[in-house]
Amino acid sequence: MPHDHDDHTHPHTLLPSDPALRIKALETLLTRKGLIDPQALDAIIDTYENRIGPRNGAHVVVKAWTDPAFRAALLEDATKVVSELGYYGRQGEHMVAVENTDSVHNMVVCTLCSCYPWPLLGIPPTWYKSDAYRARAVREPRKVLADFGVALPSDVAVRVWDSTAEVRYLVIPRRPDGTDGLDEKALMDLVTRDSMIGTGLAHYPAAGTT
Amino acid sequence: MTRPHDMGGRYGDGPVIPENENLRFKEDWHARALAVTLASGSLGQWNIDISRHAREKLSPTDYARFSYYEKWIAGLADLLVHSGVVDPREYAGADPVPSPLADRALRAQDVDKVLATGGPADRPSQVPQLFSVGDAVKTRKVAANCLVDGGHTRLPRYAAGMRGRIVRFHGTHVLPDSAAHRLGDAPEPLYAVAFRAAELWAHPEHPEDEVVLDLWQSYLVADA
Repeated sequence: MPHDHDDHTHPHTLLPSDPALRIKALETLLTRKGLIDPQALDAIIDTYENRIGPRNGAHVVVKAWTDPAFRAALLEDATKVVSELGYYGRQGEHMVAVENTDSVHNMVVCTLCSCYPWPLLGIPPTWYKSDAYRARAVREPRKVLADFGVALPSDVAVRVWDSTAEVRYLVIPRRPDGTDGLDEKALMDLVTRDSMIGTGLAHYPAAGTT
Repeated sequence: MTRPHDMGGRYGDGPVIPENENLRFKEDWHARALAVTLASGSLGQWNIDISRHAREKLSPTDYARFSYYEKWIAGLADLLVHSGVVDPREYAGADPVPSPLADRALRAQDVDKVLATGGPADRPSQVPQLFSVGDAVKTRKVAANCLVDGGHTRLPRYAAGMRGRIVRFHGTHVLPDSAAHRLGDAPEPLYAVAFRAAELWAHPEHPEDEVVLDLWQSYLVADA
């Protein structure tokens, strides 16, 4: 970790970094022109920091795991189904759900920019937007999965979805074995953000939590 | 097209570094850059394709050295000038002139509604649907915009001139190659097209792997 403790002062932290100054200058200029309401910026940040995140996607996944009719409807028309749960909005206008099975593992990337299903997963992580992920996910998805500690059996094919249009993909990870008795909340705790991008798998319940 | 943003399949980028899932914004200014970009977008002076193009046409040196949100800031600064919203002299320190667009500024009480409304890209189209699920197709040989020399396109270079098959029809959507250059929505059929990894790469990791891209009909021809 770059900053494990903050009880001493780094000289370079006394001034904001260069891009921080640039965005501050731009915000100030646009505010003075009447084009930006700083309180609206705070509201946007609060939305993506605290209110819209991967729990929305986990809710959808768990419903798909536990309700066959919901799962069928989700695979048929994800936009309609997630909208009914209230998860519609910017960068999630056209949703498609893809399901991992015994023989196919799905994984999502945007090689041209950073397309990502915001209403279901929130703002994408840094690695999703990195050159390394964008460049490598389509050519060597299994090596990328290894970077995440995931090894797939050789009889599982990888299907990488490159989001080149406005369609956004949600991966439905496989439900871990031995989770039959778990309630919705306990199941949601097993669904990681990465498992819904396809760079991870859903967790197995920790021993003793059932 | 050989812009630096079109990096799918490129070698040499090193490992992907996973990240704590609870981290939302690594730096406070990242959050600010996102919010200023979204709020500026709601002024209605450009669409998503124009803003993507603004980022990808940064000079290759800048594109390579800027961090993610620096690209956003740089793209936004250019967009504001090219759309006539900001005078470059204002960036240089001249007194800001109040904008005639000020009554369109996004207000805090409208943020939820604007984010929840989104901006769907599907549009009715007169273009007949040529392909169905299962059809064999081939992509354009060169990943280039056919309307504007050097313009925006959403066919990545690695998938140009390749054979695939239609796996899904998404309806008719705005064509980015047109919309990014203010030439109109030009909606046409959009498909998910699957390509075998062995078609795309000389040394695929696994014979059964594939890559699926969403591609507009004008990017495709029937593969006899």
